[in-house]
Order: sequence, then structure tokens, then C-alpha cells
Amino acid sequence: MKSVTKAYRPISWPMKGSGGDTGSWRSHRPVVDTKKCSKCQLCWVYCPEAVIDRHEITIDYRYCKGCGVCAKECPTGAISMEKEE
Amino acid sequence: MKEARVIMDTGAHAAALAVKSARVDVVPGYPITPQSSIMEAVAAMVENGELDARFIPVEGEHSTLAAAVAAAAAGARVFTATSSNGLLYMHEVLHMAAGGRLPVVMCNVNRGIFAPWTLWADQQDSFAQRDTGWIQYHCSSNQEVFNTILQAFRVAEQINIPVMVNFDGFTISHCLMPLTLPPQEDIDRFLPPHKPEWRLDPAHPSSFSNVTNAAEYAPFRQMLSSDIMASIPLVKQAAQEYKDITGMWDGDTIDAYRLEDAEVVAFAVNSMAAELRLSIDILREQGIKAGLLRLRLYLPFPADDIVSALPQNAQVMVLDRNYNFGHPGGILAAELKSVLFGRRSDITVKNRVMGIGGVDLTRRYMAAEIRAMMDE
Repeated sequence: MKSVTKAYRPISWPMKGSGGDTGSWRSHRPVVDTKKCSKCQLCWVYCPEAVIDRHEITIDYRYCKGCGVCAKECPTGAISMEKEE
Repeated sequence: MKEARVIMDTGAHAAALAVKSARVDVVPGYPITPQSSIMEAVAAMVENGELDARFIPVEGEHSTLAAAVAAAAAGARVFTATSSNGLLYMHEVLHMAAGGRLPVVMCNVNRGIFAPWTLWADQQDSFAQRDTGWIQYHCSSNQEVFNTILQAFRVAEQINIPVMVNFDGFTISHCLMPLTLPPQEDIDRFLPPHKPEWRLDPAHPSSFSNVTNAAEYAPFRQMLSSDIMASIPLVKQAAQEYKDITGMWDGDTIDAYRLEDAEVVAFAVNSMAAELRLSIDILREQGIKAGLLRLRLYLPFPADDIVSALPQNAQVMVLDRNYNFGHPGGILAAELKSVLFGRRSDITVKNRVMGIGGVDLTRRYMAAEIRAMMDE
């Protein structure tokens, strides 16, 4: 048996950006000073958007909303919040 | 080659046997008279290992159909059954099953709607679900219930639209009639395993029925509308191939009796249409050229088949077992007039409401009613 018409179902597939580019909401961006960073991973633990790479300690700015939790929690002061242009 | 088996069975148990023959995977169920006999029988089949399916007892009909929708979205072949107020309670989820394009098959055992309470048959419950996007069959015998459930799964899975199989409470659901059971290998040939082209699958994540914008929503609705209409040839094909395999025939979209030369045509659904054959014989004996056009497929309404089946200049007596509140008479009469308008100006349509809430419809009573309508 074969469908005579293609089923037109309301299905969506997960893909990068399908939830919107939430990074555009940011007023301040977190910037990591790699010299001060001890790679303790606390920023990765606290980030509510899961945009910090655990090992490289890099930030995915496409989705970082700039909440500043990582800068607040960083024990070595390696993350600063810089105003977006 | 195995032979068909003939047993005596009720309509409700015939439905359960069809569910077993269809090798259904999931059956959510909640009891309501007169449907409960179906679910009791299916639950027993699952319990004693006759049917390899998951039976899900739930807390109400809204949840019954929600479970059916979820199971169908996960790729299962799903059956459930309800009646009357249970069907009304499902109303919201009926829309979800149709809009979600999920091939659920459900029996609705026709029963009047409250208030006041009644347990007996009329078609107010199923006809009230007209605009939910379901295909609707209406059956006139225990055998037709069995046959139609199998045809319903086939049509539903071909076009991804849910199908409701309706038949009268007690008159069909609880009365014994001879029932022919085709060999399982024939049924398997008619209804191969369900292989959906999409299903909810954790290994390939997708999300179902997200919020849409107008540009996305409108095409979904348009496609549902046109695909329901496109199911008519599939309904005919299913009936024909079922006949080729099992030798049994209940009509396809319509079922005609002594119609060719008829000047007076009775138009009805369900068990009263079976009794009407006898009324037609009575009228013929009285010298009246009477015939019957039984509507088997209520939705999509088979306009072309009705328009071409009605003999020239016929008086059509629509016998409605339901009310079309806000209009005089019943729902079938309004539907019939709408398809005849502009196409068959030779036809006269007359209408009576009868049999509400199980009022007995005998062959003599209906013959007399038709006779009286001729003089109106």
C-alpha cells in the first residue's frame, strides 16, 4: 500500500537555530581572559543556556543571552562583561 | 487453503474479533454503555494472549483518545471505542488526531446524548462530530461492523486520516447474528502490517504539532480538506478488494436495494436501513415502486455517487434518527439537499425524524411512514 497523497503532517525537526538566534537579545557579552582562566569549569556548570564549551572554555555567541552569571561566578575574575556595540 | 468460519456473534464482539484480526498494537479504553462490551472483549484477548497488544486503561475518554494519538504518533496500529457522551468528551482530541494525520480507527456505538440520559440508539453523537476531520462509516449489520473495521484500517493508513466506524447500540452491538470470519491469512493479505512513513522515535528526534504561523497553518488545513475528499476512491477500492479476497460486500460509499426503477427512495443509515429493506418489500407488495439508498460513508459525503444513483424524478424520503437543531428535521436531509442543489432539480426531498433514543423502528412502521410522506 502506498499513500496516494503525501501526508502533510505538522512535524518539525531539530536543527541549529530552529528556536531562534537568542544571542541577538544580548546587551553585554562575556569575554574570557585565557591567561586568568584556571579551567575550573564553574562557568560551564552555572551557564543556564549551556553555551560554554566545557574543555575549551569558549562561548557560543549565537545563543549566549549575556546574562552575566558566568562572570559573577568565575573565582579568578577571568570573565568580563563588555557592552555590545 | 483455509475455509471461512461462521459463528453466531454480537456486533460488539464482532468488532473485537476484527480488532484481533487486524493485529492491532495498542488499545486505550474507557467503558461506556453500550460500547463497553467491545473493550471488555479486547481486554480479555490481550490478557489471555490471543492478541499481542498493549491495553491501556485510562481515566476518561479525553485521555483515551490522547493515548491513542500518542501511540499512533509512535507508529502503532491503534484502536479504541466509545459511545455517546464519551465521544463528545473526546471532541477536542478528535481534531488533534485528524489534524495530526494519525490513522486511528475507533468504533462509536451510536447512542443518544444527554439531557435527559438515554442508553439507546440514535445518530446525534456521531453526526455532531461532522467537522472534526474524521472519515465516518455507518454500518447496518454485525458482519458489516467486522468487515468495515478492517477496511477502515486500510483506508486510514493509506491516507493518514482517522476513521470512525459507527453502528447502533444494542440493535447491533448486543444482538446475535451469523458472522462469517475469513481465514486470518486472507485478512493479512488485505491488511498488511502498518508501516508509517514517520513516527516519533527517540533515535531520530522530531516534534509533533508545534505552533504554526498562518502561512504554515492554512496549507495543513487545506491539505486535510482535500485529502478527506480524496479518500472516496480509497474507500471504494478497499470495499472492492475486500470483496475480491473474502467474497463479502456491504456496499462502498452507498448501498442500494431495489433502486433502479424506484419512484420512492428511502434514504437512511445504520440498523434502521437494514430493517428498511423489509419496508421496501412491503411497499412493493402494495404496488409502490420503492427502493432504498443506504448511506454507508457519511464523511466524506459521497455526493457524486448519490447524485448518479438516484433514479429520475424520484421522491426521496430521508428518515433521520437525529435532529438538526435550528433547522426543521434531521441532519441527513440537510446534507442530501445540499448535494442535490443545482445538480438534480428532478428530485423531491421529504424528511421525517424518527427512532430517537431507541424508539423501535419496525418494517411496518417505516413502510407506513413512507406511505404517509408520499401524500404530503
